[in-house]
Amino acid sequence: MHMADALISPVVGGAMWAATAGAAAYSIKKVQDGLDQKKIPLMGVMGAFIFAAQMINFSIPGTGSSGHLGGGLLLAVLLGPYAGFLTMSSILIIQALFFADGGLLALGSNIFNMGFFTCFVAYPLIYKKMIGKDISPKRIMIASMAAAIIGLQLGAFAVVLETLFSGKTELPFSTFVLLMQPIHLAIGIVEGLVTAAVISFVWKARPEIMEKASLNQALGGGLSLKKVMTGLAAAAVLTGAVLSWFASSHPDGLEWAMFKASGQEELEAADPAYEKLAAVQDKTAFLPDYGFKVSGSERPAGEQNEKWPAVNGGTSLSGLVGGIMTLLLAAFMGFIINLSNKTRKKPA
Amino acid sequence: MSNIINAIYNIRQFDELASRDSFIHRLHPLAKLLATLVYTVLLVSYDKHATIALLPLVFFPVFVAAAAKIPPGPLLKRLLYIEPMIVGIGLLNPLFDHSTVNILGYTMSSGWLIFLSIFLKGTLAVTSALLLIATTGMEGVALSLRKLKVPRIFVLQTILTYRYISVLLEEAARTVQAHALRAFSSQGLKREVWGPLLGQILIRTMDRAQRVYDAMCLRGFRGEYHTGKGPGTGWGDTMYVLTWGAFFILSRLINLPLWLGNVMTGVSR
Repeated sequence: MHMADALISPVVGGAMWAATAGAAAYSIKKVQDGLDQKKIPLMGVMGAFIFAAQMINFSIPGTGSSGHLGGGLLLAVLLGPYAGFLTMSSILIIQALFFADGGLLALGSNIFNMGFFTCFVAYPLIYKKMIGKDISPKRIMIASMAAAIIGLQLGAFAVVLETLFSGKTELPFSTFVLLMQPIHLAIGIVEGLVTAAVISFVWKARPEIMEKASLNQALGGGLSLKKVMTGLAAAAVLTGAVLSWFASSHPDGLEWAMFKASGQEELEAADPAYEKLAAVQDKTAFLPDYGFKVSGSERPAGEQNEKWPAVNGGTSLSGLVGGIMTLLLAAFMGFIINLSNKTRKKPA
Repeated sequence: MSNIINAIYNIRQFDELASRDSFIHRLHPLAKLLATLVYTVLLVSYDKHATIALLPLVFFPVFVAAAAKIPPGPLLKRLLYIEPMIVGIGLLNPLFDHSTVNILGYTMSSGWLIFLSIFLKGTLAVTSALLLIATTGMEGVALSLRKLKVPRIFVLQTILTYRYISVLLEEAARTVQAHALRAFSSQGLKREVWGPLLGQILIRTMDRAQRVYDAMCLRGFRGEYHTGKGPGTGWGDTMYVLTWGAFFILSRLINLPLWLGNVMTGVSR
């Protein structure tokens, strides 16, 4: 579920960074308020534990394939939502830096998609409600399954929305949703099973750990959680509004909306909406960046260019020649630096 | 299983690369982080059809890798792991986007152009992020996060997670190996052992956290982790960020390869 930088636009990436930073700032405040110094090393070690657990492959029953744990829900259960969210964030930072899972700009989205929905939606609204006061293995199983599945579905849906708002691909909304949701349903089931298995084991072997964790959560209180939920819901609505505002001022947003509309009405070639869409695409899809012009910081500027047939053989040839020259220059620079590194090494 | 060993190896390899010495390594971590961030933001801000206009951005990773003497092997290997996902999404575009584009009298599908653009962007973004960590290291990134006023507890949490990863990965690897030697399952862990196996590691982890905490207290831990002051920012750091920033913005505003090509073909005609 890691988003890649290549699929995201600066506006969407920035907005998701802001939303994530807000949730993180709130969590930091919450964790610091009830800070039990002991929790810091525990959070660190738990982060490392989830990181290690993600490397272990579980066989998926009946398919012969294997999957791994995501861990957001497990962290929320064991550490509470605030510390869980922060721990999930640090895992994702390390993954982005060392394993290039996602990227720096997409990091905000990734933390939000995988941390926020599990720790602040699935855990308090589903897991906690379903598990109730008296814990039993059956309840652990049902609650973790439901929470893991819903948390992952929300995250996957967020990935679809972020990709579409970014306008970097031409994937129609309905197709993308149909690709993403079922895959993450399967992953969610495995996640739920693994989470339930671990929680029940710990509950049986060392019940005091679970009790301690739930006591720590009680420190936060029920009311404050409501406050953070409303605050974040407001932030999400605002973000959504801002995002769609950006998207609607952009032809891609229009294309997307049209595709979505036509997709729901059964896509037919004779559909006027489809023809209109094709016309829009014809107009917008002509190598806008290849026109020799200084476009400002406005991204859509290229696509508003009316002189699209101006793309002719001459400019294309220039583009190709220039592109090859650029690559050769870059390679040459690398070669020279390498050479100077080697000659400098010799006398030493 | 080999996954876990690989992960340990990867992290250690990056630690070693980051502890080398070069002009890039000596730069302040904040300068490298800022340059990479500006690079990433401008890289993704390109139009979805941009391909040739993206090429000047190749200079940055080539320069950093060469100047910091980072061998291309580990970078390429990491790229191969991550590329299938980017290619997977990108490859759907030719299926859904049937509009065409005219290049040199040949008709080309707009979907393929988008695919190429996504591929280039993905490769460059991933390479630049990997180079950041290969030249700066995790401690350096943490230091620059502190300079950016990220709350201490968050940076501390990230650093502690990072510190314990190799410890716990080794422990997980031992446990999984012990299981593999007793069971003959080849493809993943069977359902019955999910809870006991992972739960055991978890309980050991928590006990370990307790011991770690006690040890930290004995050495004077008061809820803060002192990383020292770190190097100050100098003239060179500012120049590094400004020069690259200016270059990125220039290549974002002007299609440099096209300009170069115009000059070349214009002369030849």
